[in-house]
Amino acid sequence: MEITDLDRKIIQATQAGLPLTRHPYRTIAAQLGVSAERVMQRMTAMLEAGVIRRIGAVPNHYRLGYHYNGMTVWDVEDVQVNGMGERIGKLSFVSHCYQRPRHLPEWPYNLFAMVHGRTEAEVAVQIQQIASLLGEHSRGHEVLYSSRILKKTGLRIEK
Amino acid sequence: MLNELQKRLLNDYQRDFPLSSQPYRDIAAELGVAEAEVLTALQYLIDQGYISRVGPVIAPNRVGSSALVAMRVPPERLQQVAEWISRFPEVNHNYEREHHYNLWFVLIASDRQHLQAVLDEIEKQTAVPAMQLPMLTDYGIDLGFELDWNDGSV
Repeated sequence: MEITDLDRKIIQATQAGLPLTRHPYRTIAAQLGVSAERVMQRMTAMLEAGVIRRIGAVPNHYRLGYHYNGMTVWDVEDVQVNGMGERIGKLSFVSHCYQRPRHLPEWPYNLFAMVHGRTEAEVAVQIQQIASLLGEHSRGHEVLYSSRILKKTGLRIEK
Repeated sequence: MLNELQKRLLNDYQRDFPLSSQPYRDIAAELGVAEAEVLTALQYLIDQGYISRVGPVIAPNRVGSSALVAMRVPPERLQQVAEWISRFPEVNHNYEREHHYNLWFVLIASDRQHLQAVLDEIEKQTAVPAMQLPMLTDYGIDLGFELDWNDGSV
């Protein structure tokens, strides 16, 4: 799908959230000088095309007590990575699961899965579950915990 | 402690938010409450930080160009380098992680050339190589995150 200029403006106008007004799309539309119907139509199209993944409440894991956020990284055989990635991405405690390039020799990991738990023990069980799923297809893994959030903002695109 | 309405909004409305002229009224009708109650509850969830917003989540790399970047910064320089990098508007989710690759951030730019220009500038100014880890495949179906209320901590 080709992203139009209006689509970019809609993304930009909604990236901090939809207004909590009775007619939120009308509020956005008024800022952009188009009709509310047009905004809803473009957002529907972007949702169907996968440009928008979902629309809804975006939870803050940390505030909800999920204080242990681990970036788990795995060295998975190339022929297995898609099949395993699909399965790991479906696990309820995995929020993001991506294939990324290796940088050998210093970085052998090609599969990333973010896990979230309330305790270190809970995360340890989750990691064990992923490890069991991967079995011998994983040649090694590490878990990187964030020790400090230095900056966190939503999506930004240029004006 | 969250009430029942707040919990339901948090757990059941991470996706499929109505694309209709009065979406909060539609949600209120589904939950059997008044529209004003839904608006108040969502405002509370935002004010208290339980949700960051109600709105669209954009798929990575569909608008502009982005990459995860990892750097191995000498510990004594980490604070300074991290602060300097955070000043770029293109930098997002800048985390210190417990690893020899101790600085991790996401770069989002309008296009690939701009992304590379920012990375070149960061490498030149910090004299630390930036390892680029762009997403190759996204396996997340991103149905939202299922919250477990059973331990009563929220």
